Amino acid sequence: MSLTLTVSDIWKSYKGIPVLKGCSFSFDAGATYAVMGANGSGKSTFLRICALIENPAKGEVHYFYNSSAVKNDIELRRRVTLVLPGIGIFNTTALSNVTYGLKIRGIKKSEAIKRASEALEFVGLFQKRNQNALTLSSGEAQRLGIARAVVIEPEILFLDEPTSSIDEKNTEIVEDIIFKMKQQRGTTIILTTHDNSQAERLAEKTLFIREGCFISR
Amino acid sequence: MNEIVKAFILIFSLDKELMGIIFLSLKVSGLALAAATVIGLPIGAFLGLKRFPLRRIIIIILNTFMGLPPVVVGLFLYLLLSRSGPLGFMGLLYSPSAMVIAQTILAFPIVTSLCHSAIVNINPIIKQASMTLGATSAQAAVTIIKEARYGIMSGIIAAFGRVMAEVGAILIVGGNIAGYTRVMTTTIALETDKGNFELALALGIILLTISLFINLFLHLIQQRGIIQANI
Ligand SMILES: Nc1ncnc2c1ncn2[C@@H]1O[C@H](COP(=O)(O)OP(=O)(O)O)[C@@H](O)[C@H]1O
Ligand SMILES: [Mg+2]
Repeated sequence: MSLTLTVSDIWKSYKGIPVLKGCSFSFDAGATYAVMGANGSGKSTFLRICALIENPAKGEVHYFYNSSAVKNDIELRRRVTLVLPGIGIFNTTALSNVTYGLKIRGIKKSEAIKRASEALEFVGLFQKRNQNALTLSSGEAQRLGIARAVVIEPEILFLDEPTSSIDEKNTEIVEDIIFKMKQQRGTTIILTTHDNSQAERLAEKTLFIREGCFISR
Repeated sequence: MNEIVKAFILIFSLDKELMGIIFLSLKVSGLALAAATVIGLPIGAFLGLKRFPLRRIIIIILNTFMGLPPVVVGLFLYLLLSRSGPLGFMGLLYSPSAMVIAQTILAFPIVTSLCHSAIVNINPIIKQASMTLGATSAQAAVTIIKEARYGIMSGIIAAFGRVMAEVGAILIVGGNIAGYTRVMTTTIALETDKGNFELALALGIILLTISLFINLFLHLIQQRGIIQANI
């Protein structure tokens, strides 16, 4: 009854320098995964490829629904989402940032506002809904990024270093949100982190990237 | 001194001739700006969003044309539109239409080039973010253009400032015919030449005021855009 992801033999290089050199893994539905590795080891690249916003040079990204392959198109891309490390906030209100994903799916305005308000409430930003999102603190910006993702009810949620640039208190809030996503909605979560204890707190399984491949520790 | 007083009297009495000239100026420049925006915005957006061969060359040419001397535009347009010219049959020379065409040619590279740079200056993460949220390529492009809105508006206003202040091209193709093709700048040139300073001064004051408002507006827009740059 759910979407799963299998990557096989993923290769990617930038300007001739290989970053990923044959990554393979199958992600189960409903679980939380942590991807770890040194800076520049290719974690972000891996997530962008999984989230279908970048293509691998070689290898396959396959999504399955109830074990049958799902065609890679815009419909599939809309069932997963990635919160980028820099978020990529739009120069508009917090609320409009969150309604964005709904509007581009053709959901009507009143419905979009209602759902976006709930998502903002969920991350504790409802009070700031009319503020220009570019003026939010980095902790709030991270939470807004999550609200933008949550509102579209992804089946798989990728989070790229969701707590790397924020303080302890916001880290706690973000971890709590991630935990709720998993508990209440059964979302599959794949996140990158540099924090071992965070990986232990949140994830059932931790993957390590080294020299372009997943290694077991 | 006397002339300045008379100029203000002209302005505040809403002198009919004066108003006609101001109205025509705004109409010609406004139409030119609208045409330049309708043509230039999509081209500028395309240049900013797509990568293709010749793109750099086109941008360099546009940037060169931003500084195009208006008299040169006037000259070429005159040769095209004059009775013996290839477009002479249209009978446009010495008409407001010819002036609109001239100013469109002057405004187009400004709108296009500034629109292009506003778009390329948008952080690539905006496109990535819109894709992760489920945007199609077209929707992502619209998002980028929206993010560039303050820069684009600045470009349009800068172009308006240029065409409002311009005299060389419209004088050549418009001919400065009283009540028909006389606009603010050409009237100032002509009346000053004749030693008739009050009308020239009145128009000069209005032109300066308009220019002040254009720049005020530009400043406000850039202020709003600064939030963007601070992050
Ligand atoms: N768009 C890009 N253009 C050029 N090089 C890139 C690009 N994206 C990533 N890289 C390079 O690929 C390597 C891996 O980057 P990244 O996936 O961001 O690593 P991580 O997230 O693990 O820190 C780095 O050396 C980085 O410089
Ligand atoms: Mg990274």
